[in-house]
Amino acid sequence: MAKKTILFVGTRKGLFLLTSDGKRESWTLSDAQFLGNLIYHVQPDPRDKDKVVIGAKAGHLGPTVYHSNDRGATWTESTSPPAFPQAAEGETNAKAVNTVFWISPGHASEPNKWYAGTSPPGLFVSNDNGTTWEPVKGFNENPRYPELAQFDGTPGGQMVHSVIINPADKNHMYLGVSAGGVFESKDQGKTWDPLNKGCAADFMPEPDPEIGHDPHCVVMHPQKPERLYQQNHCGIYRMDRPDNKWIRIGDNMPKEIGDIGFPIVVHPNDPNTAWVFPMDGTEVWPRTSPDGKPAVYVTKDGGESWKRQDKGLPSKHAYFTVKRQAMTGDNANPMGLYFGTSQGEVWASIDEGNSWKCLASYLPEIYCLRIMEYED
Amino acid sequence: MLVHIPSPLRSYTKNQSEIQVDGDSVQGLLANMDKSYPGIRFRMIDEQDGIREHIKLYVDRKQIETLNMKLNGTETIHIICALSGG
Repeated sequence: MAKKTILFVGTRKGLFLLTSDGKRESWTLSDAQFLGNLIYHVQPDPRDKDKVVIGAKAGHLGPTVYHSNDRGATWTESTSPPAFPQAAEGETNAKAVNTVFWISPGHASEPNKWYAGTSPPGLFVSNDNGTTWEPVKGFNENPRYPELAQFDGTPGGQMVHSVIINPADKNHMYLGVSAGGVFESKDQGKTWDPLNKGCAADFMPEPDPEIGHDPHCVVMHPQKPERLYQQNHCGIYRMDRPDNKWIRIGDNMPKEIGDIGFPIVVHPNDPNTAWVFPMDGTEVWPRTSPDGKPAVYVTKDGGESWKRQDKGLPSKHAYFTVKRQAMTGDNANPMGLYFGTSQGEVWASIDEGNSWKCLASYLPEIYCLRIMEYED
Repeated sequence: MLVHIPSPLRSYTKNQSEIQVDGDSVQGLLANMDKSYPGIRFRMIDEQDGIREHIKLYVDRKQIETLNMKLNGTETIHIICALSGG
């Protein structure tokens, strides 16, 4: 059996598939699927190598979800996409889903379960592989939920992202709200508590608020689930549970680069290794590569130190923006690392970030990259 | 009633640009459309019965803002997708 790799590329104007063999040296770009649709998130199923779920909408039309049982060859639309309950007459804060921004598979012991994070902030669950969705009341109707509304106004809309299920405990979940903070549930979403201690929120009037932080991307190490990393609007952080205080490991980044960015990716086998893609977070927040010189930064000691990785990337005049879903890794050895830019380029490294090559150019703005690996 | 379907919604109507739908109100017409073409309503109307930002509904060439309007069965309905920019 030959190993195959599919890199799903979700963009502002459709979905593309880059396919390769296990060597990952040569890639073939597919024609566009869902051309003209906004593909916010693509999520292959780690529990079933044929399944993929995507969150999508069209410019004119409302949000929806599609699922595939044949690795993206054909798609079926959800018959009941994520939607908030209809408000009672006279209720003033009725919410309607604008985008299905995030998709996460459920626990390995629940093979048909999926979660979706939306804008405005909402958490939804599907128990039938993405065919129908229902609200997670424990989050959407949480007594503290109304407090989140004060943090709305972010450029892409306030949204739920980074929905994480602890592989060691199906009841243990995390999620991020931009802006709003990181939240934790120990009862499969029935109740939620903020988990933001130690994390800066420099933009807030209150110096150390309980909520209101702006996590851009939160990840858990798959083999050491107590290890969390967070790329926040205000720095890069690590937390080792049961500790409940974030440690700012971004302070160890070069000062001229800073520790602002959107994505963070962990090595599948080494909890101390993680990559970020720094962006300019100064003055008016250009959100582009600092000084026009794009680079990935890697830590191999849990954030104690960082090393620049830019071999093969443009050396100057390159203003990349890499969004939070647009950087990912595979499970090969050595690990492959991939990022997509807002300018429509897909870059890959098959030597854990040491060197980079461009796999595709001229695509629409890239929102999301995700890898599917299988044997055929 | 005759309902004109814009191109972004024709994947639901088997590529038909015009369909015939019954209903004694706009709400009822949309419900009947969704029975015949499952999923089409939610792409136009949100869960609070709001007409989505870039969808416009016209009854006999007059734009409507809510779904409460009664129909007598002789009207012509236009669904318009309104979006500018890239």
